[in-house]
Amino acid sequence: MKDKNAKRYGMVIDLDKCTGCGSCMVGCYSENNVPFKADETNKLDSINWIRVYKITNNKTYPNTEVCYLPMPCMQCDGAHEGHSPCVSVCPAVATDYDYDTGIVSQIYTRCFGCRYCMAACPYHARKFNWWDPVWPADMEKYLSPNVSPRMRGVVEKCSFCFHRYQLARDKAYLEKREELEENEYQTACAEACPTGAITFGDLNNKHHAVYKLKNSPRAFRLLERLNTNPKVYYLTSKSWVRKAGDNYLAHEEPTKIKNNIKEHH
Amino acid sequence: MKIDRRSFLTYTTALVLGGAAGSMLTPAPWKLTDDVSIWTQNWPWTPVPEDGEVTYKQSVCTLCPGGCGINVRLIDGRPVKIKGLEDHPVNKGSLCPMGISGLQYLYGPSRVTSPLKREGKRGEGKWKKVSWEEALGAVTKKLAELRASGRPQSVACITGSDQGTTPNLIGRFLTAYGSPNYIRSATAQDAIEQAIYLTQGKQGTPVFDIENADFVLSFGSGILDGWGSAGRMFNLYGSQKPAKKIIQVEPRLSDTAAKANQWLGINPGTEGALALGLAHVIIKESLYDRNFVENFAFGFDDWTDDNGKTHDGFAKMVKNFAPDKVSKITGIDKAEIVSLARAFARASKPIAINGRGHGAIPGSIDESLAVQSLNALVGNINKPGGISAIPDSNYAKWPEVNIDEIASKGMQQPRIDGAGSEQFPNTRFLLNRLPEIINSAKGESPVQALLVTDANPMYTLPDTAATKKAFDRIPFIVSFSPYMDETASHADYILPNHSYLERLQDVPTAAGISRQVISLAKPVVKPTYETKHVGDSFILIAKALGGFIENAFPWEDYEAFLKETLKDQWRKLKKKGIIEIKYDLPEPLAFTFNTVSTKFEFYPTARGSVKQKQNSALPTYTPVPIEGDVQRFKLVLIPYDSIRLAGGAIANAPFMTKTVDDTVLKKQVGLLEINPATAKGLGLKEGATALLTTPKGETTVKVHLYEGIKPGIIAMPRGLGHTAYSEFLADKGINVNTLTGPIEDPGSGLDMAWGIRAKLIRI
Repeated sequence: MKDKNAKRYGMVIDLDKCTGCGSCMVGCYSENNVPFKADETNKLDSINWIRVYKITNNKTYPNTEVCYLPMPCMQCDGAHEGHSPCVSVCPAVATDYDYDTGIVSQIYTRCFGCRYCMAACPYHARKFNWWDPVWPADMEKYLSPNVSPRMRGVVEKCSFCFHRYQLARDKAYLEKREELEENEYQTACAEACPTGAITFGDLNNKHHAVYKLKNSPRAFRLLERLNTNPKVYYLTSKSWVRKAGDNYLAHEEPTKIKNNIKEHH
Repeated sequence: MKIDRRSFLTYTTALVLGGAAGSMLTPAPWKLTDDVSIWTQNWPWTPVPEDGEVTYKQSVCTLCPGGCGINVRLIDGRPVKIKGLEDHPVNKGSLCPMGISGLQYLYGPSRVTSPLKREGKRGEGKWKKVSWEEALGAVTKKLAELRASGRPQSVACITGSDQGTTPNLIGRFLTAYGSPNYIRSATAQDAIEQAIYLTQGKQGTPVFDIENADFVLSFGSGILDGWGSAGRMFNLYGSQKPAKKIIQVEPRLSDTAAKANQWLGINPGTEGALALGLAHVIIKESLYDRNFVENFAFGFDDWTDDNGKTHDGFAKMVKNFAPDKVSKITGIDKAEIVSLARAFARASKPIAINGRGHGAIPGSIDESLAVQSLNALVGNINKPGGISAIPDSNYAKWPEVNIDEIASKGMQQPRIDGAGSEQFPNTRFLLNRLPEIINSAKGESPVQALLVTDANPMYTLPDTAATKKAFDRIPFIVSFSPYMDETASHADYILPNHSYLERLQDVPTAAGISRQVISLAKPVVKPTYETKHVGDSFILIAKALGGFIENAFPWEDYEAFLKETLKDQWRKLKKKGIIEIKYDLPEPLAFTFNTVSTKFEFYPTARGSVKQKQNSALPTYTPVPIEGDVQRFKLVLIPYDSIRLAGGAIANAPFMTKTVDDTVLKKQVGLLEINPATAKGLGLKEGATALLTTPKGETTVKVHLYEGIKPGIIAMPRGLGHTAYSEFLADKGINVNTLTGPIEDPGSGLDMAWGIRAKLIRI
């Protein structure tokens, strides 16, 4: 079932570097043919594969601090690999775990819109298409052929730009190579981030930047204690940000709590 | 069998339950639901984008003056994606969300797709599609009439830039035609350029060598909110070589303040006082650069002029700005002021910068002078990590323009906006004064025809109502905008320019970078609609006007003009897309300044007009008067800038508006930021609806409680509340310019308003 050369693609987002500019969101929209409506202020029906949240330390002026938190799909491994919360509930195998890359897929033509996966996802990473997409006044001309536009009635989410992986694999195959270089496969958000806060690569590969970064003392993951085992790591030097990453009690100190989840290698 | 109520209920229940149980057992409903969903999902209006060959084209983004390099991915010649150009010297691959959204400026419902003639009343939105011949003919006819009546000076042109060949071509047109009224929109750069000119005697593009600085003291500059070239600033922040300390001074916790090492919440409008307060501490504790101040500066100590009159020097003047007093003015703790002054002076390469937010409003000259003086105190003028000015680029050369008698008479008329007059000798353009001048004119408007390109004054000028009133008095307005913006929708004719991705143009050095970088924006796609390069439109109008005007434009079209003016640089620019002219800073120990004293002038002797005659030209701090009665308007409203909202001439793309948080815009209502303590006093809770009133107008808002704003201050973003464009932008929130007004700097005439008094009532 599992290849010994299998990859575990993941992301490390340095919150100390993120300025909240939103370039990752816009880069993702234009890469993945994400539609837009006249009113996008109801964030529950606004389709975003990555959304930048703004969090504060809840202290009064002038001791207030703000941190931006970009959240793509966490591509959860689950307590054992392949046991992602959404994959386990999908009745149509419309979302599946790819053991070669660790990426959780979304197959629109299989999805019939039951939205169990949305309920199961603890990160609000999944969005439902309540309407058919409309690109007015020639805007269809800028759509990318690499990603299918989605129709009404299906769920969509971040794919770690899987089409870019496929294109890179195709190229490597033609050049008779087995392995991809680190820079050959990068997500659109990592590419768009103007401060270089987002790093992407194979978490299993010692030569990839993410390998070292995820072991940084600043690293943490969101809702770690749910055993979702996400492949998106965050870096922060602020303890209040770290604490906002899970439902810690007042006396709990995140850095001192041992995480009993083993990562899959 | 008799059916009574009881048995009816029993049987019905049994039937329903049985039916339900039965249908659970048959797959028919599930299969049908599935089939229906799959069938409807395949309805043909979900597009299937065509595949094809992948190519890349490099160009430069001209959505703002930042001049970032872009790399456009095309499928069979169809652009599908924009990203930053890795090896461009300005942005090194980094790009802001506006730049990435670029393709939404190429297509979309906001584009003007052909020349239009107004049919209904102004702003009513009734247009007639006309041919280019007719549109150009109508403009030519009007301009010829005004010239024939001996009033060429009554034609004014508002542009977004005065650098590069397109603005120069338009300037040339106005000269040959006979109007001195070329008016460029103002930014903070105007005030900074003027301060550099007054202290260093240099006219040029300001340089802030943040690349090489290690301590950045920002007086409200949104260096991570879109100030300067956004791509450059983000790249610098991300790479941090060398590691920088960033101190952000502003009343609101902006994105820049959030990422700064220290945020100092200051009373808005008192930044200049803080700069002088820091100077006070630096001089008092002898922390200043003695070598620079003693050998290369003038006016630090008291001095005597040719008439034997003694003037106070900068050192004596700042004695009035002791930390105690400055603390009271700015609201910043005394100890903070002292420690900040020490840290700034002791840093190895400190730099102080100003220009609030994106730098949309020039601000007071005193403030810019105070910041320049602070830089001079630590001796970081004309050196790596410091402040300088690059002489305006002279890469483009074209023949002298000969003008006829009518033009000559017109050119001798004073400028309508008063720039360059005895009152404002050092200011080149004063767009902010135009509405008031037109509105207060007796008889007909001094502007009889207005040409607008790369600018949207009806949205961006403060006091929208006054601007509209003034524009209503102008009998003939022509817009060259590619988009149906507020100014275009109030025009009589629209002669649409190509969108930025369809247009050829040179992009001169952006403010900030310590090199001359001239890039070429090359069309990445052929024009989609019936549009024309604005340069071509002007050349055609010139040719139609004939005579000396025609003779001033011996070129077939804009491209020929560009080729000729760039001469041998053209081929290089066309091939490489960029020319970099290294600008060598003057030798650090051989400073020569073009000032009267040949030194850096702490006492700017060239500062003309009222100010100097009165007393002293030294920068000082006088509170900028803001409009409104304190008793009636107890709060202060400040506009703020966000990187996700474009507040300038070109508005948000739908993608950018999509990223805006629901704490800024909810449905069609804009949210106002207010400190929870202030809100409590007004009985306002999160999301409450309130009536916001300022001396200029009123509007309904919702409130967003935010601890990151100084109590007593309320803030609204620039970039919302458009009335034109399309449903993706129009009528969302409020244009903060409708609630504010300009305040004229007495020395420069530039707008120095930073806010306005306001009142908030729960409704």
